[in-house]
Amino acid sequence: MSKLFSEENRAAFSKPLNLDNPVVIQVLGICSALAVTSQLAPAIVMGLSVTVITAFANVIISLIRKTIPNRIRIIVQLVVVAALVTIVSELLKAYVYDVSVQLSVYVGLIITNCILMGRLEAFAMQNAPWPSFLDGIGNGLGYAWVLVVLGFVRELFGFGTLLGFQIIPQSWYVENGGWYMNNGMMVMPAMSLIIVGCIIWAHRSLNKEEK
Amino acid sequence: MRPHVQEGGKFHAFHSLYDGLETFAFVPNTTGRKGGVNIHDAIDSKRIMSFVVLALLPALFFGMYNVGYQNALAAGGDMTDHVGMFLFGLAAVLPKIVVSYIVGLGIEFVVAQWKKEEIQEGFLVSGIIIPMIVPVNTPLWILALAVAFSVIFAKEIFGGTGMNIFNPALITRAFLFFSYPSAMTGDDSVWVAQNTIFGLGYNVPDTFSAATPLGEATVGNAIPCETICNAITGLIPGSIGETSVIAIGLGALLLLFTGIASWKTMLSVFVGGGLMGWLLEGVGGNQLEWWHHFVLGGFAFGAVFMATDPVTSARTECGKYIYGFLIGVVAVMVRVLNPGYPEGMMLAILLMNLFAPLIDYVFVQKNISKRAKRAIKK
Repeated sequence: MSKLFSEENRAAFSKPLNLDNPVVIQVLGICSALAVTSQLAPAIVMGLSVTVITAFANVIISLIRKTIPNRIRIIVQLVVVAALVTIVSELLKAYVYDVSVQLSVYVGLIITNCILMGRLEAFAMQNAPWPSFLDGIGNGLGYAWVLVVLGFVRELFGFGTLLGFQIIPQSWYVENGGWYMNNGMMVMPAMSLIIVGCIIWAHRSLNKEEK
Repeated sequence: MRPHVQEGGKFHAFHSLYDGLETFAFVPNTTGRKGGVNIHDAIDSKRIMSFVVLALLPALFFGMYNVGYQNALAAGGDMTDHVGMFLFGLAAVLPKIVVSYIVGLGIEFVVAQWKKEEIQEGFLVSGIIIPMIVPVNTPLWILALAVAFSVIFAKEIFGGTGMNIFNPALITRAFLFFSYPSAMTGDDSVWVAQNTIFGLGYNVPDTFSAATPLGEATVGNAIPCETICNAITGLIPGSIGETSVIAIGLGALLLLFTGIASWKTMLSVFVGGGLMGWLLEGVGGNQLEWWHHFVLGGFAFGAVFMATDPVTSARTECGKYIYGFLIGVVAVMVRVLNPGYPEGMMLAILLMNLFAPLIDYVFVQKNISKRAKRAIKK
């Protein structure tokens, strides 16, 4: 038991959450982070999908890492990821159809997510299944929390809602005699790039001495 | 007063504020750092800024009058009460200027204090331009938000005055334009002040709306001749300071006379816009004659006060022609060819702000290679 949660294994899980975050530090997976986060629900679903896929792709590749011929390893990795993405995509269609419509092509595009290929190449090819699994979960969640923050800010200010519930009182709006207006720019991807920038800014100034 | 704000004095926390105000009011005895070699002009940048503000004043005062004029016109009020109209405009515009300065300078002061730098004076001009390029009905909280956004993201994170890639005043407008489109162009009711302020002016019926002439042209309506005449004097609906070509022209004369703005940039903006307008007029499908573009909307204001911004425009002498020319071309292109955007000046200048360093680079490299070749020949 103690071996399962050794120092190294815990680091494999916790580092990507903060100090080695795939989005904030390595600046990977930005395009999907900008594309799917205009509302909170798709952001959460996307984050979880990537977490699941990264974790299982890591495990599978790690299991067969010694049998993969080095020359065709990228193709093998792609096949594994594509299979997992297809499964996740079908599951989303079956259980959360509305969100999967909103996510549209971006679920399929998880195949090309740089975080996935990065973890497979950098971690799963060299490590045993269990640390790879932890690493996949850690990286997926590290990606997910950035998406959730983005989705939270963008939905709150862009639509005045969170997960579809009205947060900003209706009576504040100009149409109802108030003064408030939703910020249209929050809905655009351009603004989410600026918010990612702010998250990176805040993160780096919080972790200055760790560098 | 001064000892208190120096190192170790009791108001040291306010030293940058004190410095800023003192050098604004009095020409400092030294304009350069001590030691080493300094190259600088006889007037420092605070004096340059003051001239630009002075040049903006005719357009600003006329804008205030026009706000009152449009309000009276819409409400069918007394058109001979010029003083009343001006006072109404003053009451409508002044809060915007105050908000813009308080928010913008507030952020600058805090940042200067925080980074232990001198307060930089760049916002002096931006702060007065911003209220002039928004519609009169822009809510103050939105304006404050936009100013904060642009000062932080267009200026401070690039390193403050003189380091910014984009013109902060235009970023403010772009933020408003994309974030709150209904408050910026929306349903045409934003251009004319509708309610009385302190008993001045008139209440306008709720259903009233007034499109700017450019807006009319976009939807394909012909512009009557009187409108063009009014556009030259400035008695048309529009953003506060941009309507009067005459008032802007006065400012332009001051800027050119003092040599603060580059005539090359200014002229080439008009050449580019005129040429493009003429071409598109020839192709047809455009209600405007080529020179109408100069007098309508923010073309003249942008060409005189925004395109010539010494920080964000091209700095090489040949580059200025290219930079200005392309601003004119793009502005007219957006106006005529994109039905979604009646006004293209803001987007054109921001786009060329982006390319200014590239234009400069090309001309600097060209010069270097030319000289290198000359050296090789010998």
